Amino acid sequence: MGTERAFYACLGLGTLAAAGWGTSTGGVEGLLFAVFATLTLGGGLVCLWERSVVRSAFALLATFGGVAGLFLLLGADFLAMAQILIYVGGILALILFGVMLSPPDMGERKLSRVGLGLAAVGGAFAWVGAKVAATVSWAQAPGPLAPPEQSHAREIGVGFLAADQYVVAFELAAVVLTVALVAAVYIARRKITDFEEPAETGGSA
Amino acid sequence: MEHGNLIHELLGGVAPEGVPAWAIVLVTAVIGVSLLIGVVSVIAMFSVWLERKVSGHIQCRYGPMYVGGWHGWAQSIADGVKLLMKEDMIPLGADRVLFVLAPALVLGSIFGAMAAMPLAPGFYFADINLGVFFILGMSALTTIGVIMSGWASNSKWSLYGAMREAAQVVAYEIPLGISLLAPLMVAGTFNLLEASEAQSGWFGMKWFVFQNPFLIPAAILFFVAALAETKRAPFDLPEAESELVAGFMTEYSGIRWSFFFMEEYAAMFLMSLVGAVFFFGGFESPFTSLAEWAFVTEAGADGSALRTAGLFELPLLYHVTAGTVLAAKALFGVFLMMWVRWTVPRVRIDQVMTMGYKYLTPLALVVVLFAGTWEWLLS
Repeated sequence: MGTERAFYACLGLGTLAAAGWGTSTGGVEGLLFAVFATLTLGGGLVCLWERSVVRSAFALLATFGGVAGLFLLLGADFLAMAQILIYVGGILALILFGVMLSPPDMGERKLSRVGLGLAAVGGAFAWVGAKVAATVSWAQAPGPLAPPEQSHAREIGVGFLAADQYVVAFELAAVVLTVALVAAVYIARRKITDFEEPAETGGSA
Repeated sequence: MEHGNLIHELLGGVAPEGVPAWAIVLVTAVIGVSLLIGVVSVIAMFSVWLERKVSGHIQCRYGPMYVGGWHGWAQSIADGVKLLMKEDMIPLGADRVLFVLAPALVLGSIFGAMAAMPLAPGFYFADINLGVFFILGMSALTTIGVIMSGWASNSKWSLYGAMREAAQVVAYEIPLGISLLAPLMVAGTFNLLEASEAQSGWFGMKWFVFQNPFLIPAAILFFVAALAETKRAPFDLPEAESELVAGFMTEYSGIRWSFFFMEEYAAMFLMSLVGAVFFFGGFESPFTSLAEWAFVTEAGADGSALRTAGLFELPLLYHVTAGTVLAAKALFGVFLMMWVRWTVPRVRIDQVMTMGYKYLTPLALVVVLFAGTWEWLLS
């Protein structure tokens, strides 16, 4: 119980620190960014930390919500809503459906799993950070960014389909998904022979 | 946000001097959320009373008759007070954190969805470009709350209810979304206010269902899918009081339990409202046209001007008429849902799945194909 409290206390303190830092550097938007970023990262941490796999799945809710919030801050409303609708409404519901029958409290905490996850994420971050830092020309730092324009669904649709570059990829993805769906149904379908009665072994009248 | 929001309108679009920006954001947020909670609570309380009256009359009895005098109108208020007074119980084996979090998530997300709800032209909490998309996303969040409540209760009944909810919602979200695609193609917008505007004309009868005949089957599909999405009978399998005690809310009592009910009635109203806006004309009706003709005499009174005009720049009576028309349409949808509940027996879970995957989804796809072809040929 002690480690549990300590972990969540650290998480809370980290959130407060991030919120304070965000507010002091970016005002209301900075605060919102800090909140969404800590939701995203904190959800991932809790997902690694929790012993119960169902609690881990629920922690993903915070991660998906945080990512949606970041999209909102960037002015990408459509992406944010799609994130909620697809990841929370579809994928998270499916994950929960899969793991829901596990008991509330199970097994001991695998600290190696937490460490491994953190190491992987940290490594990925370091790699991406190095790549980004190599490409940015730091000399010409831009001034304050203009507020993002709201994305209308019509513009997204027109830009997506009329530009002649995404249509083929879009249609191909749709076809691949349909094929995968049909294949899954075919594999999962019970064969007709499964329903046949086992042959009588004789004896009983 | 190009038009600001209700609070901004109330302030006259001008920030008072000497007040920092964050304070204005905070105050408008607090006022807006309080208003929203008030509206949602009143809708939920009225719907509970209506449900009891409707079920009573369908079963040849009166329903509540005593509390408050006329037809027991205060019954819901009395029930609310009682529920607030009840002991707050959390089962010993429950996952305390998630058990407490679940009703909050359910109610919070439906409040969020309600923020995209227009009350009258120019009277809205948040004018969201992707209004209907936002509403669908927030309804998806309530599903997670229901699953959370079922699992956290650590009870077999609750768990069965939660599993049914997960299976049912995954199955019915597809036909719900696809059947909405048909009116979205006609409207060309996700915004509820703009969709309502697109139906003005023909003396208030230029509803989408009359513009495109394939929207009539789409409306029926939407209604069935919305019934399943809001867990209403005959799709109330997550609750299923005759099999699962009370399904996912078996272990809940008092005010937490009532949160689930508030969510259910608020979601019913919201789904009916989305249906009313995207199929049945939104604010438009002969009454609205009459009110527009009688009260809106100033120049530039076409649909777009009405929307960009502020709340108090046009005669209030026009707004009241338009808002009442939309509320009446939405409430009629709620009444239809109640009517179905007290008429049709509950279906089995395999029948729910069969209907969702084998019939509703392909039908919705076909309807969208025909509706799109019609639009394409006419344009």
